[in-house]
Amino acid sequence: MSTYKVPTMAEMAGKGESPEVLFWVGCAGSFDERYKAVTQAFVKILNKVGVSFAVLGPEEACTGDPARRAGNEFLFQMQAVANIQVMNGYEVKKVVTACPHCFNTIKNEYPALGGNYEVIHHSQFLQQLINEGKVTLKGGGEFKGKKITFHDSCYLGRANNVYEAPREVIQALDVELVEMKRCKTKGLCCGAGGAQMFKEPEPGKKDINIERTEEALATGASTIAVGCPFCLTMMTDGVKNKEKENEVKVYDLAEMIAKEMGI
Amino acid sequence: MSFLPQLVFLIILIGAGWFLSKRVKFLRRNILLGKNTSRNDQPDARWKTMLLVAFGQQKMFKRVIPALLHFFVYIGFLVINLEVLEFVLDGILGTHRLFAPFLGGVYVAAMNFFEFLAVAVLVSCVVFLIRRNVIKVPRFTKPEMNGWPTMDGNLILIIEIILMVAILTMNATDQILAERGVGHYLALGGLAFSGLIKPLFEGMGDGALIFIERFAWWFHIVGILAFAIYVTYSKHLHIFLAFPNTWYSNLKPKGEMPNMPEVTNEVNMMLGIPTDTPADPPAEIGRFGAKDINDLSWVNILNAYSCTECGRCTSECPANITGKKLSPRKIMMDVRDRAEEVGKSIDVGGAGLEDGKSLLGDYISKEELNACTSCNACVEACPVNIDPLSIILQMRRYVAMEESGTPAQWNAMFQNMETSFSPWKFSPSDRFNWAEKVKDEEMK
Repeated sequence: MSTYKVPTMAEMAGKGESPEVLFWVGCAGSFDERYKAVTQAFVKILNKVGVSFAVLGPEEACTGDPARRAGNEFLFQMQAVANIQVMNGYEVKKVVTACPHCFNTIKNEYPALGGNYEVIHHSQFLQQLINEGKVTLKGGGEFKGKKITFHDSCYLGRANNVYEAPREVIQALDVELVEMKRCKTKGLCCGAGGAQMFKEPEPGKKDINIERTEEALATGASTIAVGCPFCLTMMTDGVKNKEKENEVKVYDLAEMIAKEMGI
Repeated sequence: MSFLPQLVFLIILIGAGWFLSKRVKFLRRNILLGKNTSRNDQPDARWKTMLLVAFGQQKMFKRVIPALLHFFVYIGFLVINLEVLEFVLDGILGTHRLFAPFLGGVYVAAMNFFEFLAVAVLVSCVVFLIRRNVIKVPRFTKPEMNGWPTMDGNLILIIEIILMVAILTMNATDQILAERGVGHYLALGGLAFSGLIKPLFEGMGDGALIFIERFAWWFHIVGILAFAIYVTYSKHLHIFLAFPNTWYSNLKPKGEMPNMPEVTNEVNMMLGIPTDTPADPPAEIGRFGAKDINDLSWVNILNAYSCTECGRCTSECPANITGKKLSPRKIMMDVRDRAEEVGKSIDVGGAGLEDGKSLLGDYISKEELNACTSCNACVEACPVNIDPLSIILQMRRYVAMEESGTPAQWNAMFQNMETSFSPWKFSPSDRFNWAEKVKDEEMK
């Protein structure tokens, strides 16, 4: 029996190989204690399906998204140009990432700085794998027949018009997908975008993630599915704040698929 | 017959035209206070966007009830203006219902349709007034609506109601006079809607009726000209600017922030990357980001003049919903107010942009800017594709790069990114540690 493999671009280049796709892990995917499980789940799926992939490992740096949205263009470009140097050095063609912020930045903002890649979000990648029959779901797993609601991430949804891929992935699990009142183009932010993740909110009467969590809980769903590391944190905190963490779980799409695959 | 009425009409028409052209020049100059930016690419996509969003009211229909009411007023505006053409020609030529003999039955059908629209506009405006003042729909009662904006909204509705009443009154009295065979009045064989108010006037003598008919005619046409001028001072300018505004929409993905090429050369130098065009420095590097309206693009200012303060943006803004100070509608109103202030000052030879005030600070506070999650809900919600987020992010750039005025927690995030290439304070050498766990695990 073999173990899961996580090849780096450097290792592959050393062997004169290049993978089909670069898995961009992102800072949350690398460092966030809870969210590392999502990275691991996605890597297991890639292994299981036999996708030719690699990661940058220690050579990856923040895309610069929060710096740019907080107004620090100089710092953003420092990060971006350095990342593009590394990716172009490896002649990267295709990038997959689980983080909608990384997805948006690399896809839409790196081209102006010389980084041109085909970039897809892991929800789209998983949808393709399912459609092509490469991911086979055992069925009858822990989600079967359960009510699941999907929280749209702003940088996937409104920012890039990806609404259906994550929903199709969820529906492949043979569950009852229930929509929140505000969904898709009208989806309410979790409160973390635009660099809000890295500071306390401005004075107000309520935190945004609480407003959104209340809406998610009102659907009666037992799982809140997300496709973004920041949303995962905000919704998990919201559920804890409402003392519902025993009844309602917050999962990323990759974790749900990995569970259903039994890996 | 005296030519006096024609002369008076011509003087009013020319006067109104002259004043309007002055107003249009003022607005155009104010919009062009913004920086130059090119939005002329993809003309096909732009025409399509304008047809769908402005002509087709596509985004209005996300909320069906106000969309239907608004649709009546919008169609009324487009169609009744055809009748205004006849009014203007009648006024100049001293004729009465100039088109009627040429169009015959079509004219009668058209008049009935116009009357239907007039009633639909009237009813819609009454419902709108009720929504604003009785039901008090929350988005119309936010703090930025206090004072003039609320008055402006009500005035527009009341003026439209009065103009529609004038049309119906004119038609009712006109038809009574025609039936009595008075003068040049033409019987149109019964008009469906004004026919309903005919009993109000039937007891009157010919002289009184002619006076009312003429008064209503003059009131309607002079009212429309006055309203056209009023619109240039009002949020109601959207009736014209919605069209160019949607044509100049941002066609790129909403998540994309435009690059700042003026920063890139410096970044390349810092990273030791040879730059292609070192001999092409911009003639004058302005400010980084936006402090005042002249730092924004002219599209941002066109957006501000196109805003009719409906507040759909604000009602969908997560920051505003949860009680933060930010309101995307207020951002747009502030940009317009500042553009007006600067424009008026320039026109009287005043200090203009150098008046010691600026958009940042005097109109928009950092607290508002800092509350934005860049979620694009406001951009998505706007029925005419206004982009408040673009303004917020440009102003954040000014605060960060020119003032170093970002909140302390963001400064800490910047520092982490500079030193360890992550917004959190982790060692870059630990970045790949997550893989250890999977690498040890047996593949099932």
